[in-house]
Amino acid sequence: MTLEVDDLRVYYRTLKGDVQALDGVSFPLRDGEILGLAGESGCGKTTLGKALIRLDGRMKHVGGSVTLDGQVLPIGDDAKMNPYRFKHVSLIPQYSMSAMNPTRKIGRMVRELLESRREKLDLDELHNRLDLVELPKDVLGKYPIELSGGMKQRMVMVISTLLNPSLLIADEITSALDVSTQKAVVTTLKGFRDRGFVKSMIFITHDISLTNQLADTIMVMYAGKLAEKAPASTVVNAPKHPYTQLLISSLPEVGVRYADKRLTGIPGNPPSLLKPEPGCRFRDRCPLAFEKCAEDPPPVEVEKDHVVACWKAA
Amino acid sequence: MRRYFGRKLLIYGLTFFMAVTVNWLVPRLMPGDPVASMLARARVAQPEAQEALRVYYNNLFGFDLPWWQQYLNSWGSLFRGDFGISLWAFPTPVADLLTRAVPYSLALLVPSILLSWVVGNRLGALAARRKVLDNTVLPVSYVLTATPYLWLAALMAWGFGVVWGIFPVAGGYSFSMTPSLTWAFVADLFWHWLLPFASLFLVALGGWAIGMRNVIIYELESDYANYMSALGAPQKLIRRYAFRNAVLPQITGLALQLGVLVAGALVTEIVFSYPGLGSLILAAIQNKDFFLLQGAFLFIVLGVLIANFIIDVVYVIVDPRTRVGMAGAAA
Repeated sequence: MTLEVDDLRVYYRTLKGDVQALDGVSFPLRDGEILGLAGESGCGKTTLGKALIRLDGRMKHVGGSVTLDGQVLPIGDDAKMNPYRFKHVSLIPQYSMSAMNPTRKIGRMVRELLESRREKLDLDELHNRLDLVELPKDVLGKYPIELSGGMKQRMVMVISTLLNPSLLIADEITSALDVSTQKAVVTTLKGFRDRGFVKSMIFITHDISLTNQLADTIMVMYAGKLAEKAPASTVVNAPKHPYTQLLISSLPEVGVRYADKRLTGIPGNPPSLLKPEPGCRFRDRCPLAFEKCAEDPPPVEVEKDHVVACWKAA
Repeated sequence: MRRYFGRKLLIYGLTFFMAVTVNWLVPRLMPGDPVASMLARARVAQPEAQEALRVYYNNLFGFDLPWWQQYLNSWGSLFRGDFGISLWAFPTPVADLLTRAVPYSLALLVPSILLSWVVGNRLGALAARRKVLDNTVLPVSYVLTATPYLWLAALMAWGFGVVWGIFPVAGGYSFSMTPSLTWAFVADLFWHWLLPFASLFLVALGGWAIGMRNVIIYELESDYANYMSALGAPQKLIRRYAFRNAVLPQITGLALQLGVLVAGALVTEIVFSYPGLGSLILAAIQNKDFFLLQGAFLFIVLGVLIANFIIDVVYVIVDPRTRVGMAGAAA
């Protein structure tokens, strides 16, 4: 077991009170497993990703624990978390285009970054990995501005995985890319896993169809809670949670014309997480809602590796 | 690279041309006749002698020529390195007056501009990361930067010079001394230099500190800083990167501020009766000395243009992005 997340709660401090962006999420991640984390904006997927590596100034760790390779990560303590970052947990950020210091040559930046972590730069290994993502060696002598967007993205992917972390968090890294580049990125990430550069991976995205190509397991979140987690094919073909069902059915299918039947989407909006009412957070939008939904539905393993948090599914 | 500097030089050339033209024009638009005041000083009673003198002066300074010829002549003599003869300190050549004054002005300007820039940037960077410093440095900086040069100068001259009598209030060196290369004279020079320098330094310092603090805070929240933190880089390295990137807009700021700083220095010199260009310009204006005024402004324009050019070169060296812009980005 690489990663064990147990009842993790991370809130955002605001002037009006705490926003319960991540409210009691538990899941395991096996060695070599790629977990696709899906859901709409504001569902807590980025908060979860950040919580595993670096909380920003407004976030606070309220409860729950994260265990990586048998060690409990001190996620609430920025300084104590530092030794784990990069070496054990690493991140490919949303903002690859601007993730590198614009006034340092890339090679020098990588060397300084590694030196600051007291790691030696293995130049041959770095060249190998550049080869693997089809970047020429001379990018190391260039400034970030001299690279195209796709090159920057690949460079950041190489930097982030340089120390072979156990867990890699890829946060919305395909959002700004065109479809053919998305495919290339997904293939590269799979290659990193297969070569053992990273042990396991959490791939955060709002694009379920893309997740399906990469992930072994898909976890769908809604309003800060886990809705459904199952092997990728199960989530896509036989989802149990009404939210997942609606999410999948609102995706266009290849070869189907939508002239007669319009794609509907899910009516309504997610609830405010400032002071959420108890009970299932999806119930206002759920076509199947009934009295029982006023109570919190616990995540239940309905079959092996298939967890659903819904009274109707259990 | 060549095109970039070619374009820059063209712009500087145009600026120089405009500045010289305005410098030539403005004194001549001032009310009053300099020759008349020279005649008054000469105290010649006989009308014939006065008339003869008037013709002589007008001919000497070229005032009897049509204005366009005067203008062209002024360019001609400029290229020969001839700034003309001062009307106020007749018959001293303007060039002599300027060479005597310029070292004093440079000795005030260069250290105060560079030191305030360096110290202000350090101070601002420190303030950006320590709450206590931020709460003290920032208000003090706002007060300093809002202070007019001449007001602070007058206050310091009055406080340290008149009330406490620690520092001299006027001149470049004591009247009792003759310039020589002795320790006593150099110490005396330094003692006279300290107050005008301090007032220039302090006013400029506040602005740089405020600017640096704001840019550093912005840089520390930028994407590359976040990425480095996520990869566990120590704060020291992140701050180093942020400082280096935050210095870039400060360099631009320095280029923009040069003119203001020079103007401030001129006023400060007048307050302390410091024998630099500022005092010279004041005398030139009061005596309608066209040539001296033209010469002094020419020096200032040249100085500001050269300093700006140096900053342009430095910027190209420290910011790779400007270089890429010149060469065209690689794929």
